[in-house]
Amino acid sequence: MHEMTFAEAIDAALERAMADDERVITFGEDVTMLRRNLYVRFGPRRVRQAPISESAFLGAGVGAAMAGLRPVVEIMLVDFIAVAFDALLNEASKVKAFSGGKWNVPLVVRAACGGGYGDGGQHEQCLWGLLSGMPGIAVVVPSNPPDAAGLMLSAIQSDDPVVFLEHKLLSDYWLDYLGGASRKSVSFDVPDSAARGKVDVPPVVVQIGEARVVSPGTDLSILSLGVGVHRSLEAREMLLKEGLNAEVVDLRTVTPLDIKIVTESAKKTGRVLVVDEDYIGFGLSGEVAAVLGEAGVKCGFARVCTESVIPFARHLEDEALPNTRRITGAAHHLCES
Amino acid sequence: MKPDFEKLYFQMARIRAFEESLARLWRQGLIPGEMHLGIGEEAIVAGVLDHARNGDGLALDHRSTPPLVARGVDLTSMILEMLGDEGGLCGGWGGHMHLFSRDHLAASSGIVGSSAPLGAGFALAADYLKEGGVAFSFFGDGAANQGMLLETFNLAVAWKLPVVFVCKDNNWAITTRSSAVTGGSLTRRARSFGMPAYRVNGTQVESVWSAALKAVTRARAGKGPSFILARCCRMEGHFLGDPLVRVFEEPVKQTMEIAPPLIRALLAKPLAAAASRCGHVGYIGRVIATLGGEKYLTRRDPISHAGGLIPEQARDRLDREAELEIRDALAAALERKERHA
Ligand SMILES: Cc1ncc(C[n+]2csc(CCOP(=O)(O)OP(=O)(O)O)c2C)c(N)n1
Repeated sequence: MHEMTFAEAIDAALERAMADDERVITFGEDVTMLRRNLYVRFGPRRVRQAPISESAFLGAGVGAAMAGLRPVVEIMLVDFIAVAFDALLNEASKVKAFSGGKWNVPLVVRAACGGGYGDGGQHEQCLWGLLSGMPGIAVVVPSNPPDAAGLMLSAIQSDDPVVFLEHKLLSDYWLDYLGGASRKSVSFDVPDSAARGKVDVPPVVVQIGEARVVSPGTDLSILSLGVGVHRSLEAREMLLKEGLNAEVVDLRTVTPLDIKIVTESAKKTGRVLVVDEDYIGFGLSGEVAAVLGEAGVKCGFARVCTESVIPFARHLEDEALPNTRRITGAAHHLCES
Repeated sequence: MKPDFEKLYFQMARIRAFEESLARLWRQGLIPGEMHLGIGEEAIVAGVLDHARNGDGLALDHRSTPPLVARGVDLTSMILEMLGDEGGLCGGWGGHMHLFSRDHLAASSGIVGSSAPLGAGFALAADYLKEGGVAFSFFGDGAANQGMLLETFNLAVAWKLPVVFVCKDNNWAITTRSSAVTGGSLTRRARSFGMPAYRVNGTQVESVWSAALKAVTRARAGKGPSFILARCCRMEGHFLGDPLVRVFEEPVKQTMEIAPPLIRALLAKPLAAAASRCGHVGYIGRVIATLGGEKYLTRRDPISHAGGLIPEQARDRLDREAELEIRDALAAALERKERHA
């Protein structure tokens, strides 16, 4: 086991996959510098810098994947995927079905997501709900280094398209670039246990679609992912002092959702609180409610999500994104009703 | 026609002083997030927007403050916006990449390339609603490879839209040298869509001004869009605190961070192609050197050039005036912020 940062864990998995399989290549804007360690080892044929032409190079990633490569395409921040949406919505996600199951797209889209560092509403979105809305794509959102490495390995090994989202609050280099973290005058609410951790070498694969109970509890189930898991764990500590014992589940994969763990936890505690940094409407939190309803689970339900465009001002942003105050408030409300 | 050099110089000095005050606020930690300055782009902004009239549209990218300063947007409200204050230009919701001033028909976006279609839309409305209105669309050389931007070139020509496309070409997109990922030449590219394209030295305000005069005259006459490629220099790295520029500022610390993983990668087993791996390390080193060097070695400062076009006395006076204006705006912003805290 090695102690690694979140970012190092992802790159270690990618490096491993590239060393094991010549077909794995990576490209995107600035990757020769962002992934300079991979560039040094594997060179410009396998680590390619792209022009700011997301629709072209993500679309090319789909074609390359169909024709025998296993590309890991970087869309710097997931917000920018809007520019290249066709490649996912109408191409990558459709090929398997349209070909009668005879052709697949082993593509990984890697992008940074999430807020909490004051970059405004075009750079801090999560969008995993939007991306999970299309059939034919998996979306994973790790919350700690070993999961990040394990899910990246799974994503590359998958024969179908996977979107891999890396939360910026957990990745030191993104905070440096985008949050100006090199200034002594600024600080961020980075969950320590998430930004660094022990990772097996080589990393252990984490299966796509498997959630994990992080902390068992009895009074309510808090379902979350990414940074939300850590906010939920902090809230759990506060709730314990206030007499509530919350179970915290790290979903890890948005789609396919781990229905088994979600329903088991809901049945056990009878109350579900979804903590989702993505938008509230028509996304993960509503999906969880639907899945529980379909499974016939009778339980209380609440959600703490992002309800507006993400504001720029730090104090407004802190209120807009799920925080411990909102989580504990919702938990109490849920348990009282 | 000849430009009023003192007026142009004054705009440039205002922009520079404003950008420098933002830099200080950012370094103090009062402005969160990324901060892309337009230091080095003053001649382009001043030279083009000297031709702007009330009612003309302005579509901007992530270096949006200089054009807003030039168009007379209230400076205090812009500073307050960066500080995340309710009294800011956008109530603290937009921040520096998303500045909007409806009164000035000016909007910016952090999505690279999107200022082109937005500018075309402003131009469409100008064409439809009033006689002789135009729109200005500013973007970088990196944006010139964005699909929506190229589609807009075609649309603007096909619809004869009164838009002036201004590419501020600093030859970098973050850490990527644009020439390494761009096919052909941008002026020939623009001409192939059927519009005039001008290639000017963007550090010389008079060259920009003359090209912009032709482009704006053509647009106001209803003859359609033009493209201006103005070469300039990125004097502060991509954004404040740019880690690659820091390699120059704190060489030991940064090298200690960057080098060990590179050495590990160089020696990773199986140790294949050692020679080419050394070449790759060399490439990384060269990028850092040229990128940081842009700030420390090859300063082509548009302000010093413009200063040379006017008498020394005038220059000193205008510098003082600009500095006073910015200082007052800053003081007013900080005072209000204080009151609210
Ligand atoms: C669609 C999109 N892709 C990528 C980015 C990230 N990004 C922000 S600025 C930038 C470089 C832009 O280069 P250029 O247009 O030349 O402007 P410059 O920063 O050099 O002034 C990139 C890639 C973005 N904001 N939007």
